Amino acid sequence: MTLKISRRRVLTAGMATFGSSLLAGCDRIYDGISPRPLLDFGQWMSLHAHRLLLAGQPLVREYALADISPQFPPNGTQMPDGIDYFEMMATGFERFRLTVDGMVKKPLSLSLAEIKMMPSRTQITQHSCDEGWTAIGQWTGVQLAHLLQMAQLAPEARYVVFHCLDELDGESYYESIDLFDAFHPQTILAYGMNGRTLPVEHGAPLRLRVERQIGYKNAKYVTRVEVVSSFERMGSGRGGFWPDRGYQWYAGL
Amino acid sequence: MRMALSEQSAAGDAGIAGTVRAVPARRELVYRHSVLVRITHWMNVLCLTLLLMSGLKLFNVHPALYWGNYGYVGAPTVFSIDGVLDRFTQEPVGLMRIGNRTIETTGYLGVTYDSEGYPRRGAFPQWATLGADLALARDWHFLAAWFFVINGAIYLLSGFIGGHFRRDLAPDREQLRPRHILRDIWDHVRLRRPRGEEAKRYNVLQKFAYLAVIFVLLPTILLAGLTMSPAVTAAFPFLFDLFGGRQSARTIHFIAANLLVLFVAVHVLEVLLSGAFNLMRSMITGRYAIRPERTP
Repeated sequence: MTLKISRRRVLTAGMATFGSSLLAGCDRIYDGISPRPLLDFGQWMSLHAHRLLLAGQPLVREYALADISPQFPPNGTQMPDGIDYFEMMATGFERFRLTVDGMVKKPLSLSLAEIKMMPSRTQITQHSCDEGWTAIGQWTGVQLAHLLQMAQLAPEARYVVFHCLDELDGESYYESIDLFDAFHPQTILAYGMNGRTLPVEHGAPLRLRVERQIGYKNAKYVTRVEVVSSFERMGSGRGGFWPDRGYQWYAGL
Repeated sequence: MRMALSEQSAAGDAGIAGTVRAVPARRELVYRHSVLVRITHWMNVLCLTLLLMSGLKLFNVHPALYWGNYGYVGAPTVFSIDGVLDRFTQEPVGLMRIGNRTIETTGYLGVTYDSEGYPRRGAFPQWATLGADLALARDWHFLAAWFFVINGAIYLLSGFIGGHFRRDLAPDREQLRPRHILRDIWDHVRLRRPRGEEAKRYNVLQKFAYLAVIFVLLPTILLAGLTMSPAVTAAFPFLFDLFGGRQSARTIHFIAANLLVLFVAVHVLEVLLSGAFNLMRSMITGRYAIRPERTP
């Protein structure tokens, strides 16, 4: 499995920075040195350490109904702009379709009703934001693995990108995970929350739950699941709305 | 602390007891800290500084602590630092809340003033933090954590194998006698420093403090930190039971960080009181000068 931060990239970048800082001398200290390669090295360490720890694909702890937190603060977009979303919402998302495409043998286009007919998984889990807060909610949805198996991945498939209906700062929200997380049993596209239909502020009609990563990876308002071999040509090439803005692509911590 | 070189260093004067009094007492230079202890010590200083500063930034992003599995804006807090506008004067006010108690901290916490005198909202002042935004603070915190863990593992391994813990940190039997401990406390109160043979080992309070930091406080802060990771807790769910939930772990992580700062403050104070030059030299070159016993 090719991971986003390749060993070679980190090592060569690290060497280059270290080397240039040695060669450049004092005059360039203030504009020439970036800690970025070193910080990327830290990310690389965490990703690989976690992959070792999680090699057996354990489930995250699931809670009882009584443990659900009284509130669940919605974060990011609370309601996507535009008449299209509003119309869809007003008609109970009857017109909504989820596309599964990209490097798959059988692209899918599914209505919400069709998705709800599929085998479902319900899980009560913790949602932890990178800001530091945690809430507990119950999610019901279809396992992403189920959709990916239906669509049949092409051999080059490496990442799953989630394109969303909402925009922040005038740009569409998107996120991506690799196949290691995509096929985890608790990785679901949820249409239900706390026993009810998924509320608009939490990403109706469909949101991602990727339980071994933190808040912003759990994309809301998912409309398209694109399977790719690389996300370098997407956005700023870092695999997600927040990663494009400097946040960690792998957010298991 | 290694005493191997003490005889060489002390050679020349008083090799035999008895001559000590005849010859005017001279300072004896002993080899106190191994290279490994010195390197890991300074590496630890660097890591903990980066961890503390980036950690303060992480706290600033959500300056409230909770107990249990969940916690968010609106849930009951056990601790928080806020910057608010006074309802009547419209002046910015910093407030620290511990349980039900509120303490005004304007100027220090919650609201601080920059060099031009403008108020700035934020739990901890900006000068104490590292990372321009949350993403960078996270990057620094986790990078420093890796180096802290690797450094700590090297230290622990060598401490057990090389005998540093057994030889230098484990209290000697007679140091554990209540009389000895009481006298040591009294010596600390009087700021009386050991001389001669007694200065060649750590005093018992010092040993307790180091052991508590190395084997209790630092492991606690590390494990509580790991409990905040959804990936690590997927592999080790018992961490939730150990700390009573993710938000409890965050609170314990914060308390442990404060205790660590307290330890460092006392540690540095002791260095300043007990001969800063000598102690700094011993942590850089390894050599430590023993003050001779007072002649009666």
